Amino acid sequence: MNDMTTLTKPRVETVLKDWETDQEVRWCPGCGDYAILKAVQRTLPQIGADPKNAVFVSGIGCSSRFPYYVESYGFHTIHGRAPAVATGVKLANPELDVWIVTGDGDGLSIGGNHTMHILRRNLDCQILLFNNEIYGLTKGQYSPTSREGTRTPSSPGGSVDHPAKPCAFALGSGARFIARAYDVSRQLPAVLAAAYNHKGAAFVEIFQNCIVYNKDVFADFTEKKNADEGQLWLEQGKPMLFSKGTKGIALDREALTLKVVEVVDGDWQSAGVIVHDVTNRSVAHMLVEMPFGLFPMALGVIYDAPAPSFEQAVVEQNAKLAAGKTADLQKLVSQGQTWTVSAGPATDAARRNTAVRDIPAWIAWARLIRPS
Amino acid sequence: MATAASKTTVPLAGDDAVPEAVVVRFAGDSGDGMQLTGGQFTLSTALAGNDLATFPDFPAEIRAPQGTLFGVSAFQINFGSSDITTAGDAPDILIAMNPAALKTNVGDLKPGGLIIADTGEFSDRNLVKAKYEKNPLEDGSLARWQLLAFDISALTLESVKPFGLGNKEALRCKNMWTLGLALWLFDRSREPIVDWLKAKFAKAPEIADANIAALNAGHAYGETAELAVPVKQLHVAPASVLEGLYRTVTGAEAISLGLVAGAQLADLPMFFGGYPITPASAILHHLSRLKEYGVTTFQAEDEIAAIASAIGASYAGSLGVTSSSGPGIALKGEAMGLAIMTELPLVIVNSQRGGPSTGLPTKTEQSDLYQAVYGRNGDAPMPVIAARSPADAFDCAIEACRIAVQYMTPVMLLTDGYIANAAEPWRVPDMASYDPFAVQFLDHVPEGGLKPYARDEKLARPWIKPGTPDLMHRIGGIEKEVNTGHINYSPANHQAMTELRRDKVLGIAKGLRQDVSMGNETGKLAVVGWGSTFGPIHQAVRRARRKGHDVSHIHIRHIWPLPENLGELLAGYDQILVPEMNTGQFKTVLRDQYLVDAKPLNKISGQPFRIAEIEAAIEGMLA
Repeated sequence: MNDMTTLTKPRVETVLKDWETDQEVRWCPGCGDYAILKAVQRTLPQIGADPKNAVFVSGIGCSSRFPYYVESYGFHTIHGRAPAVATGVKLANPELDVWIVTGDGDGLSIGGNHTMHILRRNLDCQILLFNNEIYGLTKGQYSPTSREGTRTPSSPGGSVDHPAKPCAFALGSGARFIARAYDVSRQLPAVLAAAYNHKGAAFVEIFQNCIVYNKDVFADFTEKKNADEGQLWLEQGKPMLFSKGTKGIALDREALTLKVVEVVDGDWQSAGVIVHDVTNRSVAHMLVEMPFGLFPMALGVIYDAPAPSFEQAVVEQNAKLAAGKTADLQKLVSQGQTWTVSAGPATDAARRNTAVRDIPAWIAWARLIRPS
Repeated sequence: MATAASKTTVPLAGDDAVPEAVVVRFAGDSGDGMQLTGGQFTLSTALAGNDLATFPDFPAEIRAPQGTLFGVSAFQINFGSSDITTAGDAPDILIAMNPAALKTNVGDLKPGGLIIADTGEFSDRNLVKAKYEKNPLEDGSLARWQLLAFDISALTLESVKPFGLGNKEALRCKNMWTLGLALWLFDRSREPIVDWLKAKFAKAPEIADANIAALNAGHAYGETAELAVPVKQLHVAPASVLEGLYRTVTGAEAISLGLVAGAQLADLPMFFGGYPITPASAILHHLSRLKEYGVTTFQAEDEIAAIASAIGASYAGSLGVTSSSGPGIALKGEAMGLAIMTELPLVIVNSQRGGPSTGLPTKTEQSDLYQAVYGRNGDAPMPVIAARSPADAFDCAIEACRIAVQYMTPVMLLTDGYIANAAEPWRVPDMASYDPFAVQFLDHVPEGGLKPYARDEKLARPWIKPGTPDLMHRIGGIEKEVNTGHINYSPANHQAMTELRRDKVLGIAKGLRQDVSMGNETGKLAVVGWGSTFGPIHQAVRRARRKGHDVSHIHIRHIWPLPENLGELLAGYDQILVPEMNTGQFKTVLRDQYLVDAKPLNKISGQPFRIAEIEAAIEGMLA
């Protein structure tokens, strides 16, 4: 990590309770969203966030109800457009901490365009994409992340669409921070804190269990019994080990892909296990493309390589273009080539008595003033 | 005036014995630089003290295939010593740079009018492209008009020879040669154009010099050459106008300046979210050069992001502004509903063009009125105001900003392709004469606790910026509870909130008085217009009144809500005529609001009304 990540946001002391609103939470009992909400409310005091400066912007969908439950400023916008609204918020006041809460349908289907552009512009914000691979609020249609063959009311014969991969999409769009976690993972607050501390757009995919329409779709790696084999928690500077350190991820130099290798007696070096470097974009691409089943699910901070943020560039350019100029409305409206009309023989009678071709008197009447 | 040596006289626009105005149309290939030529001629005309109005008419294609009929670009200017409010009905003089330009424009020329044509472009190939079987310059088909045809191309090449340009580049100076001739014809100074060329081509002085040489050569040609039709110089007297400082302004410029002024009067930074679209892009271009006025411009990824970002900026305490044209406005519809529901200020500029769908991107129409007033899901009331001319657009933009911040509502400002592109002289306003309307944000917990949807006397809710301590709250597109702003789906609450939103917008009409632009407050006929039809209606009513007809002109700025006295005013006339560049949209609104028998006069050709068309309708109704 370079020194751009060492931010000096002023810390404000709060406790979890300070971030709870008086609104009744309206998610289905047992929904993964509850766990994510708690994780966020737990993280905010840890990172020293200021309730008056935090703005939660969401689109439409189950996840997008989120802002109503966080005691800060919140804006529940329209379907897919949270990144665009958030861009306006941040450009209007770059001091605000902007959090975007979206889902797989909101952020990758109807709002995919905005997700792409906020990432390539690198607006300083946290984008929490709750991925449950289903449209919950509209009662269970397949989403852009649903796996092929997903049977839903709108795909009774099984969906035939190829699913989108949120983190691969984000990286392809130019994201400088990619992380992944799941709703009940105890590491979620740490991942959120890392996203907060990244200056620029921080994209976090959070696997979320929709217990009504897509129950246990991530159980293959989230269930306790599957965690060892199914989860690869990445840590900066640490070898990519899983299965209690008996397996690791190495580079297949022949095929230029990643491969799973056995680690004997903890000797990961001789097994060729890669040490995680969050600034390595090529490896990040490979990690988010690892097919689950053959590989574990890569979790934690996958990529973190800050670059100048959009709102910072806008503020700097605005200042540069405005430098040395003063805002003078009267001057502004008087710009361009102007002329002054002063009193003259401008009566209709006088004009009618003058032959149209007799110009000199009239030219004198309209005196030219040339701009300097 | 331009006259042949013998008896032929070019009949000039205006209806007096002493001609007051001249209409000139420059027409050529879209690559010939006609808009530029017209623009510079406009400047020199304004500097000469004439009142003027212009009408640029160009194809949607940036570089349509050369020489084709659909690639013709034209620029018309009407200037003179009288009050000019339209670009003129029929040109007195047509400058045709090629056969296609002649073919598409000569039909509009007044009988006896003057054609200036470049014979160098009347090759067999170009004649075929323009679908001429014979050369019209030679077959006598132009006998109704005076013809001045000579080889402008060759003369231009000759004049720029010393600068060593390639043939193609040298020929691009043709428009300046022609402009030189036009300047001579109307005794205009070349100096401002020479200055402009030097500035424009500062990095390529040889191009500047070649253009200046062409300009001078065209001018000298008029002075010295023995023209086939002896043309004399034409002097048009300056207009009789109010004293003061003047400049020319296009609608797009005036709107940009008005928005900046509006934000300053509201004491707010401005955020402009835009997406390129014809003919609205010019506003984005203008504003991106005004950063010192606290303007942030954002070229968004699409129309929806443009308005959504503006809403986000308004939420955060800036004055959010977005602009587009019909198709883009359609995309913004859902977000307008969000701004209505969350009661945030927002200005939406709609530069209307011919529709539906892509329609006629570069032509003018007033067919987005239903879209502006009614075009959203739900009961979604939104104020709509319409500018009637480029200069009027300045005050309308300020008015839109005022309503937006005082009533916490999105406001749509309607303009059109004609107003956006057209130029007219503008008496520079005294900014000290505008009353400021500085915004007061809520910055403390009021007595009785924070209620984000409490109402003031205008029924507006408080504007609370994120970043303000102790006032954290949530807003969104779901129905809000009265006062608290919490989510509330209950029947009684929705009824109450819908009525509040309606009443708030209707309340804007309080104190809005509609006046009569010309004529009397009662009578036989009122011609009621809105937007850019002002000019032709004004002139038509003036002519009809001179003939003794009892007719008055009412022009509406506040389309929604309508001024509070309008119903009463309209009731004072026996008949009502509503000329519109659509199939009768405002007519329908008037009928609905006042149960009056408003009669439509509709033109949907992508071209502005001619004075004579409205005059004929007036006479038809009074016959």
